Amino acid sequence: MHGWPLLSLVTFLPLVGAGFILMIRGEPDVVARNARYVALWTSLITFVLSLFIWFGFDRGTAAFQFVEEAPWIPQFGITYHMGVDGISMMFVLLATLLTPICVLASWDAIQHRVKEYMIAFLVLETLMVGMFCALDLVLFYMFFEGVLIPMFLIIGVWGGQRRVYSAFKFFLFTLAGSVLMLLAILAIYFETGTTDIPTLLAGAGIPPEMQFWLWLAFFASFAVKVPMWPVHTWLPDAHVEAPTAGSVILAGVLLKMGAYGFLRFSVPMLPEATALFAPLIFALSVVAIIYTSLVALAQEDMKKLIAYSSVAHMGYVTAGIFTLTQQGMEGAIFQMLSHGIVSAALFLIVGVIYDRIHTRRIDAYGGLVHRMPNYALLFMLFMLASVGLPGTSGFVGEFLVIVGAFQVNTWVALLVATGMVLGAAYMLVLYRRVVFGKLTKESLMKIKDLTWREQAVFAPLVVLVLWMGIYPVSFLDVMSASVDNLITNYQQALADADTPSLATLWSSK
Amino acid sequence: MTYDLATIAPELFLLVSAMALLMLGAFRQGNPTGLVLSLATVATVITFVLVWLQPTARELAFGGLFVRDGFGNFMKGLILVGSSVSLIMAWRFIERENMSRFEFPVLMLFATVGMMMMVSANDLISLYIGLELQSLSLYVIAAFRRDTLRSTESGLKYFVLGALSSGMLLYGSSLVYGFAGTTNFNTLAEILQQAAQAGEAPSIGLIVGVVFVMAGLAFKVGGVPFHMWTPDVYEGAPTPVTAFFASAPKIAAMALFARVLMGPFAELVAQWQQVVVAISLLSMVLGALAAISQTNIKRLMAYSSIGHVGYALIGLAAGTEAGVRGLAVYMAIYLFMNLGTFAVILCMRQKDRMVENIDDLRGLSRTHPLMALAMGIFMFSMAGIPPLAGFFSKLYVFLAAIEAQLYTLAVVGVLSSVVGAFYYLRIVKLMYFDEPAESFDQPFGREMSLIMGAAGAITLLFFVFPSPIVSGAEAAAASLLAAAG
Repeated sequence: MHGWPLLSLVTFLPLVGAGFILMIRGEPDVVARNARYVALWTSLITFVLSLFIWFGFDRGTAAFQFVEEAPWIPQFGITYHMGVDGISMMFVLLATLLTPICVLASWDAIQHRVKEYMIAFLVLETLMVGMFCALDLVLFYMFFEGVLIPMFLIIGVWGGQRRVYSAFKFFLFTLAGSVLMLLAILAIYFETGTTDIPTLLAGAGIPPEMQFWLWLAFFASFAVKVPMWPVHTWLPDAHVEAPTAGSVILAGVLLKMGAYGFLRFSVPMLPEATALFAPLIFALSVVAIIYTSLVALAQEDMKKLIAYSSVAHMGYVTAGIFTLTQQGMEGAIFQMLSHGIVSAALFLIVGVIYDRIHTRRIDAYGGLVHRMPNYALLFMLFMLASVGLPGTSGFVGEFLVIVGAFQVNTWVALLVATGMVLGAAYMLVLYRRVVFGKLTKESLMKIKDLTWREQAVFAPLVVLVLWMGIYPVSFLDVMSASVDNLITNYQQALADADTPSLATLWSSK
Repeated sequence: MTYDLATIAPELFLLVSAMALLMLGAFRQGNPTGLVLSLATVATVITFVLVWLQPTARELAFGGLFVRDGFGNFMKGLILVGSSVSLIMAWRFIERENMSRFEFPVLMLFATVGMMMMVSANDLISLYIGLELQSLSLYVIAAFRRDTLRSTESGLKYFVLGALSSGMLLYGSSLVYGFAGTTNFNTLAEILQQAAQAGEAPSIGLIVGVVFVMAGLAFKVGGVPFHMWTPDVYEGAPTPVTAFFASAPKIAAMALFARVLMGPFAELVAQWQQVVVAISLLSMVLGALAAISQTNIKRLMAYSSIGHVGYALIGLAAGTEAGVRGLAVYMAIYLFMNLGTFAVILCMRQKDRMVENIDDLRGLSRTHPLMALAMGIFMFSMAGIPPLAGFFSKLYVFLAAIEAQLYTLAVVGVLSSVVGAFYYLRIVKLMYFDEPAESFDQPFGREMSLIMGAAGAITLLFFVFPSPIVSGAEAAAASLLAAAG
């Protein structure tokens, strides 16, 4: 496969599939069936292609690989520059893995406007993959913002009762954050004369006073996307109203875009501002972990509960990144991957019973284990992975983050760790109320266990959760060189700063 | 003298065709409207080719009254695209809406000649002649459906307020003449340059004059606080006329604005910059906020155009070459989005009547999926969401603003674009999220589908090949500044 523009293929192949679906004509039933199959095959082929990235990836280097470059807007030196390193590579795979799963999960659940639905998902895949591969700030921004369009339509067209409100809230919250990032990108362009990410990573040399504002502008965008407390309020709404597959992609990939942004831009390009603002991030992360865990405990809606748990889990990620230690950062990336799989699986788990009973209220269920033993088993696995039980993927990420935090600040480590306890509380309560107990509800008497298609959807996720939990090295290997390089560069930049550091500059004002 | 005629060949051709068509309409038996309209469209296309063939080197004609340069050619090209597409959109419309008179296309041609004169003006006198030729034609076109109350009202309103603004412009020009002693742009630039080199502060009278001229021009582009006429005129005028108003005259007035400020008054940048910043800020904010509560799509587009003028003026406020380039890119992209949107609006017909309520778009994605797709593209693009063209238009003006360190303007600009996104999204919501209402009359006509398709494709695929428009705008900006410097 060498010499092939592999990343471009993986990025734009879904668009080709979308084009095919657009051209399908005929009876509504036939169109729907063909659209489903085209979407499934396109996303599967994309996934297989993306596996070549996994196998062809050189784990020993921090450099960008599979690099492609072509002039795009030569007037400004903006190029079409694609490439992956140890940080971004696995997110590409996460996106290509979750898309076919989403298509399968929507197979029967989506019955109207199937054609448009599948097109929206394939376009979304292109934008997600492109965002993780982009090595030019403007290109990155294009993909980053473009994601809003298909997601807005997915929530708004195929969502639940309050879909319009949620879709608007999602769109406007995220847009408000990212437009400020656009100005920051332009300011970086004028300061350094380039928008090329590798060049900027090698040493942006942005003056400290400017870093302060740029960091805040990037923060506005990424904090909304992550989402961090207190700008997380769009997330529960969006999750609750989105169709199952929409929630899966939202939790699985879109939330990672914010944290990826912190890793890719805020930390390496604005090191001094990062050092200044790290305590702020710690504070917000700790609040997110404890506060949203408590909120999750009080939820009566299953999707809302998992949505709040996502905010808490992303709190680990942001705390981990800003420890700026090898363990903390690797833990954060690992936690992102793990959360991408586990929360996606949990939304699918909710989707399974929602498709049968059409309610998300926890008290509408109870005693499912009697009718759905396979389901109960799968639910337990993902529930425990979310709690962070050793042997599952959730444990590794949370443990590494706490180890990283401990080196920086004991209090942060302690408070972050309480999140694990609270997480266990709300997840176990959820599991007990839904799965255990007596099967008394009339509506549940005839409920059926998982079909083969649903089992097929969960199979890869089960494998990954256990693999990541039992042998995390295969994943940590990929990222360690890049993370090491990131931290070295960061410390180098801080040491090189011969001007008075930003912290002293600011306090003297 | 022959030399001068070659310089103004496109304008001359269009003017002669307009007069020939007037004769044709007056003396031909039967109803010649269809023929005149088709020929007028052909005339604009030929003029477009003539403009295309014009050399881009700067050249003066008629003793410095008229200038031809790359900037003018670029803007004239855009104006002619706007005019010809508006004429095509009027083909079916004028018959159906009972306004089938041959004066309509002829007046559009005269207005277009006026706009081309404006863009090429190099003297306050020729500026005023071009402006008035355009404005007087437009007043009549706005009131063309003289049997309806709203159209006549809009025409009258436009006329009264337009006359006021022309008066301000003329008053400003006379002050400039009184204090500088010339109306020629080149001489004005020289005088101001010498004064600046000698360290003299520009006289107050001159500055007052410039401000009056700017007020008149701000009225023509529809920038706040001189925007009052826009919603009423947009709503009242027949729809193809509104499409025309929103495209060609906006571009012409914007080009004139840039030429006047960057040319003769380039030295006074410190004085006029604050005014442009204020107009730009107010337009963006008002355009975003006032559009939220609109229910008539044409009124909505009026407020949207006010907002877009605000963004385009960011480029001018920067007062740099990058700024003028941003302005040119912005107007080019805005032209295509706008024409496409109006093509959709023109197709909003139920039971053989035009409907203009945005609620009539409800469920359009079910009844007319391709039209809804096109409209969706235009709306997202106007909201400035990448990868659509509208994002790039904003990118270039913000680029200029950041370079000129107008940070407040840029931040307010992006934030008001978020507010503005709300009402564009509302249209997408109506089309995609809601259940269909009554469907629109079929068929729209091949030419409408073609306009929608072409505008949609340009808006959607601009990011693949941004270079043609961007380098065109760049050359235009360079030629405008080369003249000034």
